[in-house]
Amino acid sequence: MPEEIIHIKAPIDEKTVLGLRAGQKVLFDGVFYTARDSSHKRLVELIEQGKPLPIDLQGQVIYYVGPTPARPGQVIGSAGPTTSSRMDPYMEPLYKKGLKGTVGKGERSQEVIDLMKRYKAVHFSNIGGAAALVARSIRKCDMIAFEDLGTEAIHRLEVEDFFAIVAYDTLGNDMYKEAIKIWGKEESRIQ
Amino acid sequence: MRQIEADTITQAVERLCMEANYFLGQDVVDALEQSLKREESPTGQQILRDILENARIGREELSPICQDTGFTIAFVELGQEAEVVGGSLDEAITKGVAQGYTKGYLRASIVQDPLRRINTKDNTPPVIHVEVVPGDRLRLTVMCKGSGCENMSRFAMLTPAQGRKGVVNFVVETVLKGGGRPCPPLIVGVGLGGTFDQATYIAKRSLLRPVGSHHTEAHIKELEEELFEKVNATGVGPQAWGGRTTALAVHVETYPCHIASLPVAVNIECHSHRLKTTIL
Ligand code: SF4
Repeated sequence: MPEEIIHIKAPIDEKTVLGLRAGQKVLFDGVFYTARDSSHKRLVELIEQGKPLPIDLQGQVIYYVGPTPARPGQVIGSAGPTTSSRMDPYMEPLYKKGLKGTVGKGERSQEVIDLMKRYKAVHFSNIGGAAALVARSIRKCDMIAFEDLGTEAIHRLEVEDFFAIVAYDTLGNDMYKEAIKIWGKEESRIQ
Repeated sequence: MRQIEADTITQAVERLCMEANYFLGQDVVDALEQSLKREESPTGQQILRDILENARIGREELSPICQDTGFTIAFVELGQEAEVVGGSLDEAITKGVAQGYTKGYLRASIVQDPLRRINTKDNTPPVIHVEVVPGDRLRLTVMCKGSGCENMSRFAMLTPAQGRKGVVNFVVETVLKGGGRPCPPLIVGVGLGGTFDQATYIAKRSLLRPVGSHHTEAHIKELEEELFEKVNATGVGPQAWGGRTTALAVHVETYPCHIASLPVAVNIECHSHRLKTTIL
């Protein structure tokens, strides 16, 4: 695995996307949009109805998060990733709209890995449960759409030195599968 | 009869919800520090250090250690010589959850109906388990259970012939299937025996034990140790990014069972193990 951490910008340009490889650690600077289950459902419904989206997805990165409420004076509450695979059923229409990156925790389906190859997109994972620590790299948080969804609403985040690892790249490489190959021992085999 | 005011229960629940979410238990912190010594993957070590740092921030800044502040589960052991006065036990607990989550800046994650999915906005209702026990005290434990890990829990009706080996395989398979989704390192709660409902209940109850403590019966302790070794040999590691620390502990609880069955429930808990107890 490449060990050196690199800085990348969000939204991400095509050249960066194509150059990233599974296992690469990154620090993001720039803009993320937040969305999770209910907001994905709405986005895809809007696309199916041919209606405009509240955000232009071209080149954007979506962070799968539903933060805790901010205390007075805080930018955002605790804000770690939620499980990525729950968003698997919604991905193709979003990639068609130009989405380039997603950030969450845990594995994704083979179908989504194949879609990332086809639409030239990448998926990142960050540390699930390190939510108070992650919040420190979020500098600004603004409500964008679906306010009625509460924690599931779409927010625009400004991030600085936001740590993540490339889990899947545009060639179909899979950091999770690699990890098991490297670290799995014989005695854990199911008999 | 010793009387316990419903309002006292409400205030206790309110406080425990907040404390559980801000203060990671010392048993979990100790287990994380132990695993850091064993972890061979440098990335895995970094993740474990970040999780410990996150716990420190939670403690010092009263920040929820995880944004999924969970489904609130109340375990009540009510002494048979105590009575709750001034309101119902259920209402008292529910009110405590609503107050704790609202005042404590905790996330409301519960929807009223599983299909219509409208958020109740104060994390109510909780799940409440009541057991009547000897004595005149009320022992109250609040668990805030994340759903990323709850979703990776599994149940099987094994046959008696599948036996111990079948149990071991099912637990390891459950951890492998979960992968990174339940945020390893995990605490794996196993319920063996009983009925369909009892197996899942004791699996959850096993999570109430101090992390890393062992069952009092020698052969179950051995099973816990074997499962711990096997689960950590999978290579899943912290966050499933690879390494030695997939689980911080495996707890097994058992119950007698029918001659025809061997129920096994695996309740997966994440490192954000939020649990606080008080005695009223
Ligand atoms: S599984 Fe646990 S640590 Fe991970 S997001 Fe859910 S509650 Fe947080």
